[in-house]
Amino acid sequence: MSLLMLEEVTAFYDSAQALFGVSLEVAEGEVVALLGRNGMGKSTTIKAICRILHHHDGRIYFDGTDLGNFASHRAARLGLGLVPEGRRCFSNLSVMENLTAAARKGEWDFQRVVQLFPQLKERRDQLAASLSGGEQQMLAIGRALMTNPRLLLLDEATEGLAPVIRQEIWAAISQLKNESGMAILVVDKSLKELATVADRAVILEKGSSVWEGSFEALTYDVTNRHLEV
Amino acid sequence: MQREKVINALITLLLVVMPLWAWWADEPFILTLLTKVAIFALAGVGLNIALGLGGLVSFGHAVFFGVGGYAMGILASHAQSYSPIMEIPFLIEGTKSMPVIWLVAIISSALAALLVGALSLRTSGVYFIMITLAFGQMFFYFTISWPAYGGEDGLLIYTRNHFPGMNTLDPIQFLIICYAILGVVLYFSARLAKSAFGLALNGARQNTERVLTVGIDTFRLRLVAFIISGAITGLAGALFADLNRFVSPSMFTWQTSGEIMVFIILGGVARLYGPVAGAALFVFLEYVLGDLSDYWHIYLGLLLLLVVLFARGGLIGLLAGREVAHD
Repeated sequence: MSLLMLEEVTAFYDSAQALFGVSLEVAEGEVVALLGRNGMGKSTTIKAICRILHHHDGRIYFDGTDLGNFASHRAARLGLGLVPEGRRCFSNLSVMENLTAAARKGEWDFQRVVQLFPQLKERRDQLAASLSGGEQQMLAIGRALMTNPRLLLLDEATEGLAPVIRQEIWAAISQLKNESGMAILVVDKSLKELATVADRAVILEKGSSVWEGSFEALTYDVTNRHLEV
Repeated sequence: MQREKVINALITLLLVVMPLWAWWADEPFILTLLTKVAIFALAGVGLNIALGLGGLVSFGHAVFFGVGGYAMGILASHAQSYSPIMEIPFLIEGTKSMPVIWLVAIISSALAALLVGALSLRTSGVYFIMITLAFGQMFFYFTISWPAYGGEDGLLIYTRNHFPGMNTLDPIQFLIICYAILGVVLYFSARLAKSAFGLALNGARQNTERVLTVGIDTFRLRLVAFIISGAITGLAGALFADLNRFVSPSMFTWQTSGEIMVFIILGGVARLYGPVAGAALFVFLEYVLGDLSDYWHIYLGLLLLLVVLFARGGLIGLLAGREVAHD
């Protein structure tokens, strides 16, 4: 059974419809890339999964539980770990404090997070606001991991970062997949890097899922039709 | 941060040296002023948990200050008149014991905070301010129309309540009690701010959504903070009533809520010693400017305006820099 399953999900921002029928599945230990051009509903889908935005129609199941009436904190406690677009660390808290604020019991603790991102150990007492963009992104991922999620949702985790930092983030995602076997739903535009970690891809267009398949099946024709600007 | 610790240590030193000097110079009035500083600071530390850590601009903390005060007044007045508070269904008598009074003040103000918080925390911004303000006014008018406990005239307590092994009528001994409580509460507040609870509360002030998505119920988080905040302010109310040996509906007025907020703004919002510095400055100004004019609040208002415009970290922020607190 899938860990996460969306069935024909629709959602609105006030009266404006943003999702018109999104269906996707993520199995335990699987990395799924959520792709699409700008404004096609990728972040909205992530928000709907995390219950930041309540969907209108369709079903969202996490580990067999219908998230229909769940508030976002209850959904998160089931095992959804969100790394939001734009990082959004708690700026006036230190690295250690950011991680402590989110911590829940489990195998992911401060030691394990700094094994994944050694830079955070050096910066542990530094305010999040004073970190570089790459370090803030590592902190945002670390904060999500401290909740000991079963599914990590990465929304544009490498956006706006220098190439060398992006490589570090992709290496960490790859390490997460290989060593912890964590399920990951990742929104990103870097197909080359996604190809190294993603098992499957789902493409959204105008708020609907229009293509789903293995990453190998993502041919030039498909990307040209759905992803090229 | 290091500078702030030095400033906090200097304030502590000053608060220790001044009463010693006043005691040596036989200046009981100065001791009473310092006791007032400690009690006001305690109320400020309470509000600082809600306002500084949680970003909850409560204009109703006079409710908890007043409930604490009335807890003391009711218990002590029944003890001094040898009449029970109630006989049916079971006997409850008054008491002059400070520890018992504090416990009742803490519990009753925590319950009041639960009631106020459970309703007001469903709103935010200006609506939250207005609801907390409305609760303050409700309690104010309730006590005015409560003749059993003095109504508008309030309650006079003839002697100060007792603390085992101490003469509470001696100004220095009562000051030591207030200092000890302030010290314990400051320590608790510092620990709370660095605990996972305090950090999450701080995070929720910055971004509620982010805290929700790590699995924390921000309503419950803020409600618990509001209750702790109210309980501490209630304890300050009980001590204030004991200092004056008098309680009246004026403890519930919106001016009281405003003054507690002024202590924090003057001293520094979210700074551990902000309420202490603010309360000390407030009492000092009240004493010095009050001698010059009955309308000394005009000068206080001017100072507050300057602090808000040019020193948003308050007195502590001005001296220590702005890196830790939110302004």
